[in-house]
Amino acid sequence: MSMKPELMKRMVKGPDGVEFEVEPLRDYFCEAPPTVMPAAYSRIVEDLFNWARAESLWILGFGTGCGAIEMRPLMTPRFDAYRFGVQWRPTPRQANLFIISGYLSTKTLKRAIRSYEQMQNPKYVIGLGSCTINGGMYWDSYNTIKRLDDYLPVDLYIAGCMPRPEALLAGFQELKTIIRAGKAEGANKYAENFEWYKANQKRVIHDWDMPDYNW
Amino acid sequence: MRALYDRLKQLFPLGEPTWQRPDLAFVTVPAEFLRPALLHLRDREGYTHLVLLTAVDWIEDEQFQLTYLLSNRTQARDIGLRAMIPRDAATMASIHELWPTAATYQRELREMFGIDFPGSPRIEEDFILEGWNDIPPYRRDFDTLKYAEENYSQRPGRETHDPATHMKQQLHPDGR
Repeated sequence: MSMKPELMKRMVKGPDGVEFEVEPLRDYFCEAPPTVMPAAYSRIVEDLFNWARAESLWILGFGTGCGAIEMRPLMTPRFDAYRFGVQWRPTPRQANLFIISGYLSTKTLKRAIRSYEQMQNPKYVIGLGSCTINGGMYWDSYNTIKRLDDYLPVDLYIAGCMPRPEALLAGFQELKTIIRAGKAEGANKYAENFEWYKANQKRVIHDWDMPDYNW
Repeated sequence: MRALYDRLKQLFPLGEPTWQRPDLAFVTVPAEFLRPALLHLRDREGYTHLVLLTAVDWIEDEQFQLTYLLSNRTQARDIGLRAMIPRDAATMASIHELWPTAATYQRELREMFGIDFPGSPRIEEDFILEGWNDIPPYRRDFDTLKYAEENYSQRPGRETHDPATHMKQQLHPDGR
């Protein structure tokens, strides 16, 4: 298994003319696996946190499949998800909700895992459409995964092919109740079962060329 | 189209044509005459646009059919050139100097059908599939369902029930 060229150890010349060695896996990435984030010291504080988390769902604008087309009417005035505190963000670091919008090929799964691991805790995953649930119409496809929860911790599935924007809005409301109830522990589940998730991911991604944990 | 076919017939040994539409026809060209035929069509007949390059797997005949679809913009006509190549160790001459876009099609054909185009730019690189470890997936002897079942974990509960049989069992469980 070889790493990408940009992840190899190399000599870099800085702007001041000094040459130094860069080992990206050690210098740019976190070597330690993810850790479980404990709840706040008091129940009432945790409830406050969860209320705040539920009211600011920031979605990573990463359309993995055809379902991404349902997000455009949601962003725009017709359905206007912003009135529910839902907004789309351009980078994983700024987002806490990852919507896997439809089928996920193994090539995209690699990018989805990278993006998910780069998101900050607490983070949530919604599986959108029947493809994420059981493969959907790609049930016999040679390069799409069949069940998303083997690879990423899914908090909520929205069934349909495709679900309408109204279904997504209902899903956001459902996710909010899950978060408020303190049951949206996907990131902690991922940290607890990190080895299991990695084994599943590596079983389908044959050319694993990135660090095991992309933080 | 018939006039064009007759002109081409003077120059190249052509196979049986298919008259698909008044403005679309397909002709079979021996693989070694394909490149001169494409050049002739591009430079003399005004078929300057390579619409697509695709392949068909005729597994029973142990052949691949390569289809080069060309378009004449001014006359609004299309002609497809078919070239048959043997299926095992399939190799075809690259046409990336005639149309640079062909290089992308050729990369795809190499990955999906396993047809080699020596000399085509970046032909060795992965195109869509990453880390593919089986026979090329568009070949007809590739069993996509078997591959999916072996490689991906399935969610249980995918079996379907024929409504008629189901209702018969519900209403007449003893089979009367």
